[in-house]
Amino acid sequence: MSVTEASHIGRPTNRVDGPLKVTGQARYAAEYPAPDLLYGYLVGSTIAAGRITAIHLDLARSVPGVVEIFTHENRGKAAWLDRSWRDEVAPPGHPFRPLHSERILFDGQPIALVVAETYEAARDAASLIHAEYETAEHCTELERKRSEAYVPPEKRSGIPPPPDPRGDAEQAFEEAPVKISRDYRVNAEHHNPMEMFGTTCVFEGEGRLTIYDKTQGSQNAQGYVTSVFGLKSKNVRVVNHYVGGAFGSGLRPQHQLFFAVMAAIELERSVRVSLTRAQMFHIGYRPDNFQTVSLAADREGRLQSIMHDVVAATSRYEDHQEVVVNWSGMMYHCDNVKLSYRLAKLDTATPCDMRAPGAAIGVTALECALDELSYEVGIDPLEIRRLNFASKDENTDKQFTSKALHACYSEGAAAFGWNERKPEPRSMRERQELIGWGVSTGMWDAFLQKAEARAKLSADGRLEVSTAASDIGTGTWTILTQIGADAFGIPLEDVTARIGDSTLPTSPVEGGSWTAASNGSAVQAACEAVKQTLFKHARKMANSPLAAAELEDVDVSKGRIFRRDDPGRSLTIVEVMHAADLQAIEETGKVGPSLLQMTKYVSYTHSAVFAEVRVDEDLGVVRVTRVVCAVAAGRILNPKTARSQILGGVVMGIGMALHEEGITDHRLGKIMNHNLAEYHIPAHADIEDIDVIFVDEHDDKVSPLGVKGIGEIGIVGTAAAVANAIFHATGKRVRDFPITIDKLIAA
Amino acid sequence: MLNVEQLRGPVDQSSKAGIPVSFVINGSRQELVIPPWITLLDLLREHLQLTGTKKGCDHGQCGACTVLIDGMRINSCLVLAVSRDGAEVTTIEGVAAGRDMHPLQSAFVEHDAFQCGYCTPGQICSAIGLLAEGRAHTRAEIREHMSGNLCRCGAYTNIADAIEHVMRQGAAAREAAE
Amino acid sequence: MNRFDYVRPDTISDAIKALAVPDARALAGGTNLVDLMKYEVARPSRIVDINRLPLKAIETTAEGGLKIGALVTNSDLAWNATVHEHFPLLASAILAGASPQLRNAATTGGNLLQRTRCYYFYDPSTACNKRVPGSGCSAIGGVNRIHAILGASDECIAVHPSDMCVALAALDASVDVEGPDGKRNIPFTAFHRLPGTEPHLDNTMAAGELITGIHLSRCDFGINHTYVKIRDRLSYAFALVSVAVGLKLKAGVIEKVHVALGGVAHKPWRDLDAEAALKGQRPERAAFAEFAGQVVAQARGQGQNDFKIELARRTIIRALEQAAAGTPQHQSNKSLQQEK
Repeated sequence: MSVTEASHIGRPTNRVDGPLKVTGQARYAAEYPAPDLLYGYLVGSTIAAGRITAIHLDLARSVPGVVEIFTHENRGKAAWLDRSWRDEVAPPGHPFRPLHSERILFDGQPIALVVAETYEAARDAASLIHAEYETAEHCTELERKRSEAYVPPEKRSGIPPPPDPRGDAEQAFEEAPVKISRDYRVNAEHHNPMEMFGTTCVFEGEGRLTIYDKTQGSQNAQGYVTSVFGLKSKNVRVVNHYVGGAFGSGLRPQHQLFFAVMAAIELERSVRVSLTRAQMFHIGYRPDNFQTVSLAADREGRLQSIMHDVVAATSRYEDHQEVVVNWSGMMYHCDNVKLSYRLAKLDTATPCDMRAPGAAIGVTALECALDELSYEVGIDPLEIRRLNFASKDENTDKQFTSKALHACYSEGAAAFGWNERKPEPRSMRERQELIGWGVSTGMWDAFLQKAEARAKLSADGRLEVSTAASDIGTGTWTILTQIGADAFGIPLEDVTARIGDSTLPTSPVEGGSWTAASNGSAVQAACEAVKQTLFKHARKMANSPLAAAELEDVDVSKGRIFRRDDPGRSLTIVEVMHAADLQAIEETGKVGPSLLQMTKYVSYTHSAVFAEVRVDEDLGVVRVTRVVCAVAAGRILNPKTARSQILGGVVMGIGMALHEEGITDHRLGKIMNHNLAEYHIPAHADIEDIDVIFVDEHDDKVSPLGVKGIGEIGIVGTAAAVANAIFHATGKRVRDFPITIDKLIAA
Repeated sequence: MLNVEQLRGPVDQSSKAGIPVSFVINGSRQELVIPPWITLLDLLREHLQLTGTKKGCDHGQCGACTVLIDGMRINSCLVLAVSRDGAEVTTIEGVAAGRDMHPLQSAFVEHDAFQCGYCTPGQICSAIGLLAEGRAHTRAEIREHMSGNLCRCGAYTNIADAIEHVMRQGAAAREAAE
Repeated sequence: MNRFDYVRPDTISDAIKALAVPDARALAGGTNLVDLMKYEVARPSRIVDINRLPLKAIETTAEGGLKIGALVTNSDLAWNATVHEHFPLLASAILAGASPQLRNAATTGGNLLQRTRCYYFYDPSTACNKRVPGSGCSAIGGVNRIHAILGASDECIAVHPSDMCVALAALDASVDVEGPDGKRNIPFTAFHRLPGTEPHLDNTMAAGELITGIHLSRCDFGINHTYVKIRDRLSYAFALVSVAVGLKLKAGVIEKVHVALGGVAHKPWRDLDAEAALKGQRPERAAFAEFAGQVVAQARGQGQNDFKIELARRTIIRALEQAAAGTPQHQSNKSLQQEK
């Protein structure tokens, strides 16, 4: 049986969850009601390292409505072994255990939970808790720990360390006629999804909990809860139907989940705990980093040597790792490459994957460096990228399953009007503003993860598809509906997708841009299995018009199963199910990466990002007036929601270029701009025209659906394109992100 | 520095916890007795089950909690509910006319003007306010007058498209009527 | 947020009586006070809700001035037809601040009483002389990129965050206050104060006093005014530096010049000596540069905010150029135009 002709896949389709979201009916984690609900409010430490010597609760207890206050002295029972606390995506180390002891590992560490009958009472009481500390020396400044950087002894699962050097990068660098070596830094960023982290833990009685959690993986959260609190799996259900953004911050279970569940178990009542915006600055961040990129080329611009060294921040207690430098070994053809990646420990919470973890910072440095090299060589920045095109992954010596990057370059350049660019910096101006055009390449993994789905076709022709995926704004609800509808040739209205529930078929966390490929393919596989079963029953029927048909001869559409070569020979689904005495056919589908294919091939998405900036040089004010992002991401299931994903990545990339930075007072070990007024993310006024292009890319190996995923690729390269445009406009090269007014005034 | 002695002072244990207030919320009158320290946002979300209004920062820094108070767009997180006693409050749950969505709601769906959906009710209430104010006419003015609503998913261009669409529709309808 | 007494007087005199207890606070729009209460920076014993007081009118005075009630919202003031026509500098500055939602709630009186955005002031776990007198200033030697370059003291380097007040300073407004000892009128430049040794005091109001309104005298700047605001993103952010300018030109020379700076000091900053020196000169870049140099001559950086000295100098020049050209900045236009 072949895939039915697509009528929904590939079409711009409105979000199926759209009406619920625009009417305020979509419920997020902290919005579920429960009888006798209690409210929890967290208190954070006010020092970065040391121990609590006393904690005064009397005033807080006197607030009417306070039910209980949990501290390290009276916390509920929880697992002892590190491995019980390690979630699916945890890095190596000792996972943080809230209220485990009097030790303080980072500023803002939760030291108490007030539980009260009302939110207001809990908040009031929390302000009356006073802790005394014995402080220890702390360090939150990466620069001071740079000399102590180390290669992480234990590798984080799924994160390949840098490849071994190839060729002799140092010698090639020495011998090359054109070269640059520069230091770059992308300051720490915070995810700041609009929804604050919240958990409503509903105490159902008889040891059962229903937990509404803000998470990117209901099953990851469920596994954490059962393992930390020693609960039976069947008694814990985690639901995350709607997730108000996350960008990686919801990959690992966050503090509020532990606290809501602990309090619910101890008090035998339903409990809601939400983090404040300030508290969200202590739950993981994109790590601060120092990068050195050295590039050398011949006089035509062909790369002779690439060296990329990175030191990135991690916490005292875990070795958070990302793929930062490997990109520099595979984005361009080069025979001499040396890459290194080390960590340095700071007294902060463990960093956390944030949209395109690793690539977003590593590619930024590489792409700025390559831009610098293009001026040294004296060729167009786009040309130097084309010239050094890598036709295979030279890190692993494997072929790309597809790589339509040349199309990204040419279609992006055409849409942007790149050939109108005057090569000299400071050569384009309109009134008081210098105009600059910059370009960058982007690259991100196209993963296929193990995933399962279930499809249930009812006699009335309705279809239900389910998998424990999460939609954090990514469009998962919609694409799974489209896939199901196309499998049976039925309208979207006849398909119900079910996701966001730990009781559904197994799914990885929603991250890495793998959900569409993995869960989408699993849904398709489940639908195929249903069709096979349907056909089996159809063929068995007395006088079946399909008796002589083979599976590959038939198709299902609009409620009928029929011979493709003679559509008149058909049966209705209702007839088949009636004959077989069935109300519904339900089957599961599974997908996973092909290990055989992985020995020969690798899969990535690619992009070319073009940016125009206008810089008021006197005042250091930068406006990003145009961005064109051309993306090669295989098959695009829903051009409307896919475009939005790219728009979002580009906007966050503009934030990385110009705005975002967690500012720490290293004397105190405290992040000082822990709010949305002083941690700037782009506002409406900062975003003008963004054009998204999906170039044609056919890939039958990357995933059964031919899909690559588009959640991260939009951010990769955007900050570099903006920085490169600023250089083109002004002749000023700022290598320390974000490029704020002070840096442009000083440069 | 936090000082325990100091904290004791301001807490007035004799405070009246219940103050009678009356609102018209989404067209229906609500007579309530509430403590003065509850914000309009928490009143809506935790007591009236109107969770369409979102809490994104709780400090007036994101706009997710925007509601219409007597027709004006306002951050409900910074409003002590008692201080607006007698007001008419419209939340996202009350902007539609009957079963039909408000034109901005439809336009947001059509233009994919959101992703996670969390800032969306605030964006829509804010855009309703913007249209009623009638002061934004150009794309640049829409952007400036919507800048009090952050969207971390980065749907800004689509949001502006949706608002511009409804604004032009309104202008066309007015012209046709003249 | 702590628990507190709540009273809602209908008259000014009742409000003043209600405010006469320690730690009582008047609540108007709430956009700053409620925020501070949630951060535990303000812990009032009593909230005196003044929203029912009859202070919501904008009245024209006989001599062409304006009397603005303390409870007029920022939006109502910015979009008021008289303000738009005769005090466009004020309208522009208001529209450069905050967001439409905040401006719909925030009031004229409340805007004057807005407290600093110093990170440390907002974080009760740190030392701050403004929040807890005598506890020290963490911003000195700390994260001070947004802090004061003019008029700071060894005890406080916070800046006043308002945009509206910068225009009011340039317009030589005055403030009506009323308290237990009666009514008085405070010139705007004397309303806010420098931190000195008492940084916990933002202004010169006495305990128990209430702002009832603002007075503006007739404005004769015509089209020669502007409000230029430089910030870390293009909207919805506090000023790194802002400049309000009003010029009166006659026969090719500057007859009158008022320049106020925001984001640089504990109060909207005026330099009357520099203004006097600019009077009588031709409205040209050289004169503007000299003026700007004179204003920032006394400026002192704290390290991270050193750039604000140069930024202030350049912004002053740009604003003077705009005002002289009669091309005031439109706040939706993010290109800070320069007439050449």
